[in-house]
Amino acid sequence: MTWIALKMLTGDRAKYFGIIFGVTFASLLIAHQISIFVSIMARTTSQIRDVREPDIWVMDPKVRYLDEVFSLSEMDLQRVRGVTGVEWAVKMFKGTVRARLAGGNDPTSKGDFRSVVLMGLDDASLIGAPRELLPIPGVECSLSDLKKPDSVIIDEAGYSYLFPGQPHRIGQTLEINDRRALLVGICKAGSPFQSMPIVYTRYSQAMNFAPPERRLLSFILVQSTPGSSPEKVCELIAEQTDLQALTRQQFMDKTIGFYLTSTGIPVNFGITVLLGFVVGVAIAGQTFYLFTIENLKQFGALKAMGVSNWRIVGMILTQACVVGVIGYCLRMGLAAAFFESTKNSIALAGFFMRWQVMVGTAAAVIVIVILSSLLSIRKVLVLEPAEVFR
Amino acid sequence: MIATEVAVACRNVTKDFGEGDTRVRVLQGIDVEVALGEMTLLVGPSGCGKTTLISIIAGLLDVSGGEVDVLGERISQMSGSKKTRFRLKNVGFVFQQYNLLPALTAAENAAVPLIVAGMARSKAVVRAKEVLTHVGLGSRLNALPTQLSGGQQQRVAIARAIVHEPRLLVCDEPTAALDAKSGQTVLELLKETACRPDRAVIVVTHDNRVFHFADRMITMADGRIESVSASNTEGGE
Repeated sequence: MTWIALKMLTGDRAKYFGIIFGVTFASLLIAHQISIFVSIMARTTSQIRDVREPDIWVMDPKVRYLDEVFSLSEMDLQRVRGVTGVEWAVKMFKGTVRARLAGGNDPTSKGDFRSVVLMGLDDASLIGAPRELLPIPGVECSLSDLKKPDSVIIDEAGYSYLFPGQPHRIGQTLEINDRRALLVGICKAGSPFQSMPIVYTRYSQAMNFAPPERRLLSFILVQSTPGSSPEKVCELIAEQTDLQALTRQQFMDKTIGFYLTSTGIPVNFGITVLLGFVVGVAIAGQTFYLFTIENLKQFGALKAMGVSNWRIVGMILTQACVVGVIGYCLRMGLAAAFFESTKNSIALAGFFMRWQVMVGTAAAVIVIVILSSLLSIRKVLVLEPAEVFR
Repeated sequence: MIATEVAVACRNVTKDFGEGDTRVRVLQGIDVEVALGEMTLLVGPSGCGKTTLISIIAGLLDVSGGEVDVLGERISQMSGSKKTRFRLKNVGFVFQQYNLLPALTAAENAAVPLIVAGMARSKAVVRAKEVLTHVGLGSRLNALPTQLSGGQQQRVAIARAIVHEPRLLVCDEPTAALDAKSGQTVLELLKETACRPDRAVIVVTHDNRVFHFADRMITMADGRIESVSASNTEGGE
């Protein structure tokens, strides 16, 4: 019977491809939008993920997410260092500043202003520095170059944004808060949520670049002692300093939670995903239903010949599953092609499809297929075999 | 052929459609027998209940009253699933509009009852090809229904109806969609291939050009049996 079901399904090519198109389109829309949504959410925490050495972030108790910084006092660093279970603690500055593309020694620069994310790293340890510097032809770059006066390292995407079309090279200068910043390296870094260039420098240098404020210490990065529980240390820090201490994971969850609950992003993507699902059900369901209606005489003849209702249901489900699987596989191919083709695009860097999205889309396809089949199954089940004589 | 056994026996069969005020009695106490080894033609004007009666005999409809025995089994008291199994094993159908599966070749269409009954596809198709060759379609085994004429499609339908050796063949207006010559050919074929001592053939028809093929002719009017004639001399061209 499976063979007959498949022959019936593929007999009318136009309808067959129409149903597959419906499933493919719906699942592509669902998977694509969820992947982009998840990737955007991941971007909100890229700087937490990039800073791999510490396992605890300490901040003002009012901080709700990474980009909302309320400064701490220098004394807070000492207080945190005094908490039991703290192996080391260093300071970090994070803020958004305006950089001017200096025109003096760069004939291609127009002297435009750009907002950049400034990351001030502990002068001594450079904790939080980027892991990977890009090779520059003829130059030996290293993180220790950050210790040179006025030096900064810019992420690759930021470099392309600030110096579009230019080959990777160092020695260019920027003006940040009327101070000269000398580019000593280009690094790989996670793309930030706002797609702004990330400029790394020493903490003391960042104090010069940042606008004058009474306090500038954004975060205290903490490593717990070996064998101690970071969660426990966080509790101790909060208890003894009245500051907010979160593990990396907790801070990432809190940041993502903020964007989920306080922005329209999930609603917008959710609507698109829902529309994809509804359109998928509508296209696949309607085409599949019409396909069944057109084959009603044949199903009736089969019932008259002695094919039971259960076998008819099996045939319809087989047909539905086949279009579901083919549609899903086509979707996978299209989505993979999209993310493969955009993997080198700086604007879409870090966008990829997670296995959870693939599983979730498969579940959505199953639901689409079941919903599409239900109407058809009902129509065939209520069909009197005697109808074939009418 | 000479009737030896009763294939179908209907006793005081009634059939109602609708409920309450809209209830219509389509069959009004049918008493009739169909013998094995005969081709029985069921004739009568439109709306007289022919199709309803063969639907009941074939196990496609339930009776409202009375009893129906088919091939020695009380079909009027069978459950739905039992009737389905009964039809699969014992009944072959030829429909007015052929009802062939458009995506299957002639041989594959003819093999459907065997496949439904559980035979392996390759084996079923081989058997179907033998039957199709017997009905004169040996050269069109791999043709799709759309590539066949109406008469050829009806031959495929006959091959499909007899391929699994059913003991009751039910044909609903098998010549209605055919020209006179094709209609004659189809009835000749039915007579030649389907009528056997252990099989009964019931043909519902309006087509008086084929009446002479009947071993027995049952005439219906207004839901009743009007006459039963046991000869092949009535009607015809």
